[in-house]
Amino acid sequence: MLRFIVRRLLLLVPILLGLSILVFGWVRALPGSPAQTLLGEHATPQAVEQIRHQYGLDKPLPIQYWDYLKTVSSGNLGTSIRSYRPVSYEIQHRFPATIELALGAMIFAIGIGIPLGFFAAKKYGSFFDQASLVGSLIGISIPIFFLGLVLKYIFAVRLGWLPSIGREDVLATRAHPTNLFILDSIIEGDPGAFWDAVKHLILPSIALGSIPLAIVTRITRAAVLDVQHEDYVRTARAKGLPPNEVDRRHVLRNALLPISTIIGLQTGLLLSGAVLTETVFQWPGIGSWLTQAIPNRDYPVLQGGILFVAIVFVLVNLVVDISYAIINPRIRLS
Amino acid sequence: MRKKVVCFALLAVAAAVMLAACGSSGKSSKKSSFVFASSADPVLLDPALVSDGESLRITNQIFESLVGFKLGGSEVEPQLATSWTPSNGGKSWTFKLRSGVKFSDGTAFNAAAVCFNYDRWYNFPAALQNAAVSYYWNTVFGGFAHPATGNPGPDKSLYKSCTTKGDNEVTLNLTRASSSFISAIGLPNFSIASPTALKKYDADAGTVDSTGVFHPTGSFATKNPVGTGPYMLQSWEPNVKLVLVSNPKYNGSKPSFTKVIYRAISDNAARLQALQSGEIQGMDYVAPQDYSTVQKDSSLQLLKRPVSSVGYIGLNQAKAPMNNPLVRQAVAHAIDKAAIVKAIYGQTGQVANQFLPPSLFGYAKSGVPDYAYDPAQSKALLQKAGLTLPVKIDFWYPTSVVRSYMPDPQRIFQAMQSNLNNAGFKVVPHSAQWSPDYLGGAQSGKYQMYLLGWIADYYDPQDFLNVHFGSETPLFGFNNPTLFAMLAKADAEPNAASRTQQYEQASIAVMKYLPVVPYAWGSSALALDKNIQGYVPGPIGPINEPWAKLKK
Repeated sequence: MLRFIVRRLLLLVPILLGLSILVFGWVRALPGSPAQTLLGEHATPQAVEQIRHQYGLDKPLPIQYWDYLKTVSSGNLGTSIRSYRPVSYEIQHRFPATIELALGAMIFAIGIGIPLGFFAAKKYGSFFDQASLVGSLIGISIPIFFLGLVLKYIFAVRLGWLPSIGREDVLATRAHPTNLFILDSIIEGDPGAFWDAVKHLILPSIALGSIPLAIVTRITRAAVLDVQHEDYVRTARAKGLPPNEVDRRHVLRNALLPISTIIGLQTGLLLSGAVLTETVFQWPGIGSWLTQAIPNRDYPVLQGGILFVAIVFVLVNLVVDISYAIINPRIRLS
Repeated sequence: MRKKVVCFALLAVAAAVMLAACGSSGKSSKKSSFVFASSADPVLLDPALVSDGESLRITNQIFESLVGFKLGGSEVEPQLATSWTPSNGGKSWTFKLRSGVKFSDGTAFNAAAVCFNYDRWYNFPAALQNAAVSYYWNTVFGGFAHPATGNPGPDKSLYKSCTTKGDNEVTLNLTRASSSFISAIGLPNFSIASPTALKKYDADAGTVDSTGVFHPTGSFATKNPVGTGPYMLQSWEPNVKLVLVSNPKYNGSKPSFTKVIYRAISDNAARLQALQSGEIQGMDYVAPQDYSTVQKDSSLQLLKRPVSSVGYIGLNQAKAPMNNPLVRQAVAHAIDKAAIVKAIYGQTGQVANQFLPPSLFGYAKSGVPDYAYDPAQSKALLQKAGLTLPVKIDFWYPTSVVRSYMPDPQRIFQAMQSNLNNAGFKVVPHSAQWSPDYLGGAQSGKYQMYLLGWIADYYDPQDFLNVHFGSETPLFGFNNPTLFAMLAKADAEPNAASRTQQYEQASIAVMKYLPVVPYAWGSSALALDKNIQGYVPGPIGPINEPWAKLKK
């Protein structure tokens, strides 16, 4: 197991090196330059040239790449051209928001998806089963952007129950040691802050969790359908185990294998940022930040941010692989 | 038993949602606070080092300049200076200062503070001379005392020196006569900051990192901006919120909202929903398609800014037959401006009959030649010019851009193409990505005819007319010494009434000469909670819309 983990971690080096070249090349292949973006439409060619010189953009590409690699390997991801803040500072503040939202969405998807899929399989062919199928189809096909706006219109604008933007009440003045607001409120022992953070998380979690919910429901349903016709399940029933016991110990447990894989992959995806949800709910996460960096030609943000997201994604995949082996000892990692 | 547990869990979730709902959905119970949202975060809070509207919107609440602009207009009026007089043929301007004014850190505002600020800008270190950092000093004053390699020096500078006489009189000396500079120094960029705070918080200290980005190492521009304005900064969490509180040392009437919170909400729809749900009480940049939603909502009010930008068809006279005035007139008569503005601009635009928007002094109320929509007249003019119909023209439009003067370039182009083809022309369409390709192409004189527009850097006719038609440029490709001289004279005129009159004449002269065909003036709008009173939307937008005047 240890060898496997070390080998996978070592593989990160060539992956990241390759990725850094890709990102570096891609960012520079974008039309337009940061100098032009910074100076706006009234820029003189001299001013543009001056900025290019100052930012080292007039050097040959391999030298620019080497400079970039040197700074990144020293742990410095650079400073945003636009906000003047270090990229690492932005990640420190934005990634916790992304984690909180991804976890909220996955709790919503798992908490509803697994029971829904399980009961749909148990009531195979019934109205409930059909309804869950149609529901998950809608869940997958409805655009998150639209769902977010509709949820906000109903629960924020019309009913006034839940807030429509942000992570906490705008008038709040609280300390955020970890930047994970729910965890912070627990650390500080502040129930008001806890509710405030939870209610801000509800609508974005539902919007973002709608697609994973549909996927988890369908995978659970299919897995349970598969497993419940296995010999060992039939044996368990035949020997007189109570039905609930059979479902819990034999059906659900074995069905969890494909479900856990899909949950891991979905979480990895969500951790790389949820552009649309973040934009609609003004959630200060990684996704909207990176998207905004494209029109601004914010090279340091694009390069540093994408590299960071890639590392997260690779690590999450590693965790998924390891957890797969733990859940199913029959699988040999070698 | 299990069912009971499930029921209990469901009840707990329901209770949580109810509790969350009862905790008020962000509707502020504090009457003394005002929450406002626009599309982006400020960049820095040192007005001398920014040029974006959002930074200036905030610094304008914290700082004051020597002069300001009339609410809802562009006329210069007293702010930190009570009066000013030009001398030495418009090369020296003496300002009498308001007495008893203090900065929010308790230090005194006086003539020495004014000179400290002007000398600071003029003596900016190399890093701050960067045109992206001190854009407005570069644009208005154009030179530095100790220029870094490649930067403009004292020979290019409009600013020469600053002298004081006692505590309440200061003179700004210029290297040449300029009257537009009075409007320019009303910009928040030339606000007077506390010299003590500038030094204490290392306003000019900054580094250029390995990627070449300048960022301040001092805290003046991020945590401690100190001015004489009605508000002062309490806190700023980038991407979350910025909080201003009233300045107890302010030398004017106390603002009714003692706390103002600014949020950046980039998505238009999200911003509007936050306003509708009561989480914010005001927002800027209502999308044109949302105007009617706001107007129909009884709890909201829509405030439209006067039109202040101009959209035009550029005609490059270096490319024949655009050098023929008859052809330019034929283009002007060919365009159905009213139909285009109605269909594409909706409530955000107005048909333009000249280059200067009506809210700006110098706008000519009468005497402007009327180029009415008349395709037959266009054809007649082209024939009179000795051309064979249809006359082939290369017409360019930009892609991936939206501006208040050009909300949908492609549709505008299509409408004009059809107009021109009906009026004796044969349009060859071309397009390019807005920045840097399109702008670069237009500015280097590559295009024969093109769509473009202008949003002023500062609201003075000089920034419209002289910038475009005051000298020979590849953009328009003409040399008209009479017009150049007329504009230079108007800019240098120290008498305000005479200057206005000269610019009115110049505006008419431009429309007679017709280097461009202005077709629309554009504007933007804000939406506020119905109960908020006192917001006066102005032509120069966020940089002159003080929150201190608001009340509930």
